Amino acid sequence: MRRHDPTTERRSAPAAPRRRKTLLGAGMRVMPRALAGLAMPAGLAPVALAAEPPATTGPVAGMAAGDLAWMMASTALVLLMVVGLAFFYGGLVRRKNVLNTMMMSFVALGVVGLTFAAVGYSLAFAPGSAWLGGLAHVFLRGLGTAGASGADSLPALLAFAFQATFAMISAALISGAVVERMRFGAYMLVIALWSVVVYAPLAKWVWGGGFLQQLGALDFAGGTVVHINAGVAAAVLALLLGRRRDYGRKAMLPHQVPYTLLGAGLLWFGWFGFNAGSAQAADATAVLAFVNTLLAPAASLVVWALLDMARGGRVTAVGIATGMVVGLVAITPAAGFVGPAAALAIGALAALPSYLLMLWRARSRLDDALDVFAAHGVGGISGALLTGVFASRAWGAPVDGSLAQLGVQALAVACALGFSAVGTLAVAGLVGLLTPLRADPGIEAQGLDVGMHGEEAYTDGEGALLLPVARLEPRTPAVPNAARSEA
Amino acid sequence: MKLVTAVVRKERLNDVLAALFEASIYGVTVTPVRGHGGEREAVQTYRGMSVKMELIEKVRLDIGVTEAFVEPAVDAILRGARTGEVGDGKIFVLPVDRVVRIRTGETDGAAVTPQAQPG
Repeated sequence: MRRHDPTTERRSAPAAPRRRKTLLGAGMRVMPRALAGLAMPAGLAPVALAAEPPATTGPVAGMAAGDLAWMMASTALVLLMVVGLAFFYGGLVRRKNVLNTMMMSFVALGVVGLTFAAVGYSLAFAPGSAWLGGLAHVFLRGLGTAGASGADSLPALLAFAFQATFAMISAALISGAVVERMRFGAYMLVIALWSVVVYAPLAKWVWGGGFLQQLGALDFAGGTVVHINAGVAAAVLALLLGRRRDYGRKAMLPHQVPYTLLGAGLLWFGWFGFNAGSAQAADATAVLAFVNTLLAPAASLVVWALLDMARGGRVTAVGIATGMVVGLVAITPAAGFVGPAAALAIGALAALPSYLLMLWRARSRLDDALDVFAAHGVGGISGALLTGVFASRAWGAPVDGSLAQLGVQALAVACALGFSAVGTLAVAGLVGLLTPLRADPGIEAQGLDVGMHGEEAYTDGEGALLLPVARLEPRTPAVPNAARSEA
Repeated sequence: MKLVTAVVRKERLNDVLAALFEASIYGVTVTPVRGHGGEREAVQTYRGMSVKMELIEKVRLDIGVTEAFVEPAVDAILRGARTGEVGDGKIFVLPVDRVVRIRTGETDGAAVTPQAQPG
């Protein structure tokens, strides 16, 4: 009701009770609300297209046009994050691997888009047990454009689309740990399985009415499901795959730091959809999440810059790009539950653990190449725990921060850590039995772009002779590359 | 016939070229090069990784001149390239057996510009 009276809304922003107060929903993402809509008879949607013109051609019953517009825009914004991530990662690798690295993000748009539509969404959000959703929405069966039954609800198909982009970015995040050495086909298989076997159940637990949600764990926009999950999966996959051959032997420098800055900027931009879209409406909660998404990275960027300064006397470009991302990760679980001052604190506090872990990691034997675990895993953990500290009923959280809530948050973190580690190990182990995970040493030395994709990112074409007949010879570069090989 | 080869700071290249042109020396080949000299090494930091950049970027100039232009060329490079700090670079003067101008087939002294005695 508040949503239809803007003046009331503005005035009541900090103190008014939020509408998402059902005990089960516990203020989390309102998936229950969307689910209510999914209760419509299975198979109705295709029929509805023909039989109920108002549902598809007119306004969607129950949801204001502004809410619909914001949710569609948010979905597109989250999709853009994947592009941002491709640039963020692409800039950090060596030039001979930039295409492969960026493709690892882009291919997730396709692979996970398919798997999530096929089964992932159903396993996460269809009615089922507290551990796993059912198969009611396999291949999007039963999802339509009509508003869900209750007032105020998101059309089921739009709920799917929004969720699908979250699954895509989660899978793409993992790639940062395995760049410059993983076979592309094996990677596609791993993320396809991972999005179903690991991501979907965890989404169920936290958002789909699963056991962590019932326990009251707070995760506004995906700190646990997306970031801790992807961060742990990344570390596990890096361990399983082993280090790059040059790791610890050669200095492997970022080849295009401006890409990394561009990617970080696009990530921040897209994150407004990720966090504020998780309010599932264009309402006061969305405004709060939006503003917090502005503030936390600002704080973490500055703290990161100061840490850089204290350590090396200089502020680095890769550093501030990383600091921004860590702040975004940390505010994700808290975005709609804490006040703006708390958002600043969360951003500032989250910088240090990730910064220290990155320092340690670079000297360790763990070749998590682009520090996915330090940025997303540890940033996600910091954010999840700090959500338990700073959550505030006055700002719309279902509970105030407390020691007990911190405990619940820690439990959710532990569950995500354990499940993601075991699940990823199982998925990658299985794929490893079917096909080699690692590129062969020659291709790794030559660079995966030429060796695996037959393309180069930066070439002036000098010395490239047109072949008389177009022949495709898999695994054999068209032009001899002995000179380019580093071996 | 001599080949004057100089390795200089990138940021001094424009000054060196200006000095060469003042001395009426117009034929010059410029190449970006990297090398190791007596400079203090530069340290770069990327997240947890610090690296020492052992190779410093410079530019190399190759100038084919007749005997009369060797000294003007060397003087011009010195004028343009010197900062007084470590890392200003080197000048090498090498003997040349033969020069051919591809367009005309002219050889040796006739193949390099300028050919006249310095003013």
